[in-house]
Amino acid sequence: MELTAMAEVSPELQQIHEKLGVRILQASNPQGDNVIALDRTDLRESFRVLKEDAELSFNFLSDITAVDYWKKQEPRFEVVYQLVSLKQRRRLRIRVGVPESEPRVDSLTPLWRGANFLEREVWDLYGIHFSDHPDLRRILLYDEFIGHPLRKDYPVNLWQPRVPERHVEGTFVDARSHNKLLRLQKNLAKKN
Amino acid sequence: MKADNPELPHEIMDLQMGPSHPATHGTIKFNLKLEGEKVLDCDVEVGFLHRGFDKSCEQATWTQVIPYTDRLNYASSLINNVGYALAVEKLIGAEIPMRCQYIRVIVSELARIFDHLTCCGMAASELGAITVGFYLIEARELIMRIVENLTGARLTVTYVRIGGVKHDLPENFAEHVSKTFATVRRLLDDCDKLLSRNRIFLDRMAHIGVISQETALDHSLTGPILRATGVDYDVRKAFPYLVYDQMDFAVPLGSHGDNYDRFLCRILEMQESMKIVDQALRQLPVGPVWIDDPRFVLPEKEKVYGTIEGLMHHFKIIMEGIHVPAGETYSAVEGGNGELGFYVVSDGGGKPYRLRVRPPCFIAMGAFAEMIKGYMVADIVPTFGMINMIGGECDR
Repeated sequence: MELTAMAEVSPELQQIHEKLGVRILQASNPQGDNVIALDRTDLRESFRVLKEDAELSFNFLSDITAVDYWKKQEPRFEVVYQLVSLKQRRRLRIRVGVPESEPRVDSLTPLWRGANFLEREVWDLYGIHFSDHPDLRRILLYDEFIGHPLRKDYPVNLWQPRVPERHVEGTFVDARSHNKLLRLQKNLAKKN
Repeated sequence: MKADNPELPHEIMDLQMGPSHPATHGTIKFNLKLEGEKVLDCDVEVGFLHRGFDKSCEQATWTQVIPYTDRLNYASSLINNVGYALAVEKLIGAEIPMRCQYIRVIVSELARIFDHLTCCGMAASELGAITVGFYLIEARELIMRIVENLTGARLTVTYVRIGGVKHDLPENFAEHVSKTFATVRRLLDDCDKLLSRNRIFLDRMAHIGVISQETALDHSLTGPILRATGVDYDVRKAFPYLVYDQMDFAVPLGSHGDNYDRFLCRILEMQESMKIVDQALRQLPVGPVWIDDPRFVLPEKEKVYGTIEGLMHHFKIIMEGIHVPAGETYSAVEGGNGELGFYVVSDGGGKPYRLRVRPPCFIAMGAFAEMIKGYMVADIVPTFGMINMIGGECDR
């Protein structure tokens, strides 16, 4: 985007543009919010600039989420970050397009440890992978869950298969629940 | 333990605390690694109360989402209502009448007092101060009566609407509030005398669950937990919404970042909230409580039953939902436990395309392991209590 056009949108966006340059794909100012779309390559470096630059100092990561624009726009997914500069009392929203063929973005956990839970949630519900995340497990749903429910092609009334009880090594199992487990496994085997 | 008694055998023990534990009021599981009673590591498992809030909201009209937001943090459902309505109104670009804005400030602050009373009362009674627990529950009941008088419901209130509030304040509301606040102030004073310099309470709370300023910011913490470390970040002051910029109130800050400071921050915030409600009731202007825009407001019942246009209008809004222009926006309010944000995406239809809640206690649970590492198993109870995790909001 051209620098002059950016200044017309908002002087704050122009300042960000001076630091990030061509990594900004698009900038806008709807309802008075500053919004930029960033390039997916070298994403963590862009965030490092936003966080550590003395003039920008967006030092607080408020939220990470995603939106699925299935059959509406390309790339299909968009990961959305909300940053706050506590010093200057400013907010910034960052949108990063993620294609369906390779749903993967850089993890921000090296910059903000708070990104850990937020990214796990996005992985859980949207199936977007965060590279270099230390512990990318499901968080709101259980490990055996099939699919990622907030994707628009996941039907709202889909039933998930019943999962047998998990046996955790070294835990105490009482006879009653163990019998129940055996019964359940037998029933499942019969069905299959 | 190892250093004190080198002869004693020691091994690292795995302990699963929860998901249904009497001291963790909420369904949550801690997978602990213990050395004696010391917590070496803690893996927090959340999601037991996940019921697909986001997905359900995508199936409902914009107005039908309001009751869902009640069920996020049911201790401060009015703030959730206000936060959601503000986000949608931001997308619409609606100008809300002054009286409605004041009413929303009043109900938000009542909900905040309610939330803090729940948190402090529960935390105190879990540490053995049952008397204080009952005193604060009594204060909470009195606040609940105001809410009941105003909305007709106690917890799931559904009071705020897009473009206004359900109805105006009832008669003698200001009188009712000032009488109640006198009692609540007395109860808070009693609790202060019983707790603030109580040896047992101090031993369990002070210097426990300490988190530094840098770590708190690193973990995106907000609300009383962040302010107890001394960071001055309150959405009401940093990004004023409604008429908070016309209110005179202070943001209580702590300095140690421990449980005791969190407790004091909450107690002081209640005093400030009562000040805000008093001011708002004094300044309350006269006027309508709804925007004057038929696209978003249901017609009066006389018109619905008396004219065909009114009936069609009513039918369209109920069946199709209000039409919110396409776009996306983020709007945050200060909830009881921190920044409560709503990220709303609309494709121009009658239903939200995407609705994301930034849940403050989900993010606080992400930092829980950091808070509890190196402390005792028994310290989990007050630390978890001061986070005030509400399952409905954490797991959505």
